[in-house]
Amino acid sequence: MFRKTVGALALSLLAAHVQASTEVEWWHAMGGRLGEKVNEIAEKFNASQSDYVVKPVFKGNYTETMTAAIAAFRAKKQPAIVQVFEVGTATMMSAKGAVYPTYELMADTQEPFNSSDYLAAVTGYYSTNDGKMLSMPFNSSTPVLYYNKDALAKAGVEPPKTWEEMGSVGKKLLDAGYKCGFTTGWQSWVQLENFSARHDIPFATRNNGFSGLDTELAFNSPLHVKHITQLAEWQKEGIFSYGGRRSDSAPKFYTGECAMYMNSSASYAGVKSSIQGFEFGVSELPYWKEAISTPKNTIIGGATLWTLKGHTQEEYKGVAKFYTFLSSPEIQADWHQFTGYLPITHAAAELTKKQGFYAENPGTDVAIQQMTSGTPTANSKGLRLGNFVQIRDIINEELENVWAGKATAKDALDNAVKRGNELLRKFERSNS
Amino acid sequence: MVENRRWLTLFSHLVIWLGIALVALPLWIAFVASTHSSDMIMSGTLPFWPGEYMWENYSRILFGDAADAVGVSVSTLLLNSLIMALGIAIGKIVISMMAAYAIVFFEFRFRLFSFWMIFMTLMLPVEVRIIPTFEVVASLGLLDSYTGLTLPLIASATATFLFRQFFLTIPKEMLEAARVDGAGPIRFLFDILLPLSRTNIAALFVIMFIYGWNQYLWPLLVTNDENYYTVVMSIQRMLAVGDDEVAWNVVMPATVLAMLPPVLVVVLMQRLFVKGLVETEK
Amino acid sequence: MSRISTYNHRLLPWLLLAPQLAITLVFFVWPALQAVKQSFLIEDAFGLSSEFVWFDNFNELLHSEAYYSSFATTFIFGIGVTLLSMCSALLLAVMADRVIRGAALYKTLLVWPYAVAPAVAGVLWMFMFHPTIGVMTYLLELVQIRWNHSLNGHQAMLLVIIAAAWKQISYNFLFFLAGLQSIPRSLIEAAAIDGAGPMKRFRDIIFPLLSPTSFFLLVVNIVYAFFDTFGIIHAVTQGGPGSSTRTLVYKVFDDGFIGLDLGSSAAQSVILMFIVGAMTIIQFKFIERKVQY
Repeated sequence: MFRKTVGALALSLLAAHVQASTEVEWWHAMGGRLGEKVNEIAEKFNASQSDYVVKPVFKGNYTETMTAAIAAFRAKKQPAIVQVFEVGTATMMSAKGAVYPTYELMADTQEPFNSSDYLAAVTGYYSTNDGKMLSMPFNSSTPVLYYNKDALAKAGVEPPKTWEEMGSVGKKLLDAGYKCGFTTGWQSWVQLENFSARHDIPFATRNNGFSGLDTELAFNSPLHVKHITQLAEWQKEGIFSYGGRRSDSAPKFYTGECAMYMNSSASYAGVKSSIQGFEFGVSELPYWKEAISTPKNTIIGGATLWTLKGHTQEEYKGVAKFYTFLSSPEIQADWHQFTGYLPITHAAAELTKKQGFYAENPGTDVAIQQMTSGTPTANSKGLRLGNFVQIRDIINEELENVWAGKATAKDALDNAVKRGNELLRKFERSNS
Repeated sequence: MVENRRWLTLFSHLVIWLGIALVALPLWIAFVASTHSSDMIMSGTLPFWPGEYMWENYSRILFGDAADAVGVSVSTLLLNSLIMALGIAIGKIVISMMAAYAIVFFEFRFRLFSFWMIFMTLMLPVEVRIIPTFEVVASLGLLDSYTGLTLPLIASATATFLFRQFFLTIPKEMLEAARVDGAGPIRFLFDILLPLSRTNIAALFVIMFIYGWNQYLWPLLVTNDENYYTVVMSIQRMLAVGDDEVAWNVVMPATVLAMLPPVLVVVLMQRLFVKGLVETEK
Repeated sequence: MSRISTYNHRLLPWLLLAPQLAITLVFFVWPALQAVKQSFLIEDAFGLSSEFVWFDNFNELLHSEAYYSSFATTFIFGIGVTLLSMCSALLLAVMADRVIRGAALYKTLLVWPYAVAPAVAGVLWMFMFHPTIGVMTYLLELVQIRWNHSLNGHQAMLLVIIAAAWKQISYNFLFFLAGLQSIPRSLIEAAAIDGAGPMKRFRDIIFPLLSPTSFFLLVVNIVYAFFDTFGIIHAVTQGGPGSSTRTLVYKVFDDGFIGLDLGSSAAQSVILMFIVGAMTIIQFKFIERKVQY
């Protein structure tokens, strides 16, 4: 009798357990309108099936989200999914005991998955050297050149394809009465990291860190120095105007002060809604013709979803299902069109094209073209550097000295390399 | 006044009013901004007088979701802040009073040791030991709970000292008299000490309430569930929108509402507040 | 602390002390010991591997330019906040002490900033000086000053100093006013009869008599600027631009939580504990030798 009761009780408990849907926590860094969209995606997924519930939690900006997840991991309260920005990649990758690689997750949960469905230029940043995906791409972008059509027409010029042309275009803009030729957001990302990729020169040794933790920074090469020196000269002449570390320079473009603006393709929506009284266009980032005849692809920024260890198999099933859902062409195409982030799969790009989005919004496909032109080389696959957040801060500090005329490009870059290498050594020490 | 210099007095009044105006300026601007539309604020030319969006802005955040980043209404946030502030204030007062009572009125081993251990907490502000404290709280399973929000903050050397100082001023005859009347230690505490400490408790309460209400980093770390977010930390959440634009017409009314309760407490209970400040001497 | 009349219970005092001691042990002493332990380790962010390195973390700090510059930043910030806040409070207190009518009202109108959370105070000032939409930024533009505290380190420092000082004015005002009001009228009247003008009276009589209050406030303000302003800096500048507003306490958070360098962060915590300890003892001396109120 007793055994029967216990058995029944156990069974009913089990049934209750099976019936109740498994909750999967997803920590993300998407505030504002993007956050709304994230909630919408999760709701759609939850409505699409009844076994799993994905619960998105906004944890502040990228850095805060990542560090909150790490702190939670140390305390064994980590979420199953956390969104980590690209500069945190090395940190996440080195944490072998904490991270559940996406390819393993998909295999273990027998979820159909084919990494070749995804854009190589996106996944390359987050894959092992033999091409296995470690995290799930979510929001990726790449820098492009936005230009003020009216201003360029008034000066009688075309958007510059090369940096050589930039000089003359800039002068003509100044002659036409504009205060500044161009400005840039995220200077390290655009003017050094992507600059290196585009010119097929290393940003750091050991394949930009992909081949080992003993990597050293290399962005003080003659070409880098030449580029920064040129920007500094242009800054004096007014062709270039520095406007801040992140996207702080955007208003300079919005208000028509600067005729061109280099920043993330994901700024498209913001640019479109904020420009005041002019038409704008999008084109590819310029390159130095003297240094390379056909530029390489640019690299990405943005974030991916990492799966953290320490959860039940049931939860991981939910995670895998969610990743599949997230990669479906409909969801991806919608996300891509709404935010300006790159579509992460070929299918989503195709679908967007078919829906006529690129025809209606000219310029939105520039980023994809620029990213997918040619095969990525060791120099344009991405970067994998520890302590990269702080290294970027150092680069910002040093470059600001150049813009202020307090240091030469050579000294500043040498200094940044030296200071950055110290941080790399520290990272190597704590992760080996 | 020593001598009657009308212009000097007038000048004094003038300086004070100027000072008051300067001190109040940020509050006024925040209030004005909270009554305008987002577009108006973003245009960069905020008028000096309130606009007509006051009702709309405030009612939206009070009764609807405060922001997409914070999926609960500001009334929920205010309630959480209230619970946290009350929990901390009452908790601090109760345990400090008990501790001070033990230290002053009892003879026992390690009395001095206990006193110094409590004293030590003064040297460890929460910002300094934040990571290990977080780990302790997480391992106790107190994340996302009111206990987790309050308990780690209610140890208070300041309050213990205050009660200790006060208890030391109580004449020993009182204790003797209570003993003669057959009152045990518990009755002495409740019937005599507690009534005598009333104003001290109230003054301390005001200070500790503000302390609790204004906590920022701690709730930011220990809450993942928005049902436990407090209003002060949520403002940071509303500001961290990445590349999107800050919804100032949400942030500003939330800021005003976050300030209001502690400011009202200070203004309405000014006498107690001043007493509390002076006696806690920090 | 000895008293003649005490109770003699064995268990009761411990029961009374238990909650306070338990909380102190669990949430203060234990984490502090953890911090000390952590400061001797080099560990990866996730805590998966760690290496005992003796004093390497401290050694590195003592050889790090960034750490010294953080000291300097903290110092400038502390001095700035203390001076600005004490001077303006003193001015207001002296004026309020002069006038008879309205003093109570003035007090009410000046005490409230104390109640505003540091983070909220930061948001208020940041909004006023916002590089693109701030009211003050707009006004400054009219006099040809370009305000952008996200680019200009000096402006960033100025802004956090103003925000922090603003919050502390109430406190200083209350104590200065109390100090002023406790100065015997007769002294001032006597000086007035001797023909000393208001300025001279302030310099020769009032200010010296205020010096205990001033010294006490100096210590309180420095402690405040060093340790209680995290919220302001976090909300306004996050230590930037560069490292121009990265105070010591902010650096502990920054290196630990943002940089994930737990060993160094813990070592900084340990150093800070010693500093707070020293300051607390100085302050405690003042609690014992109470400043007249």
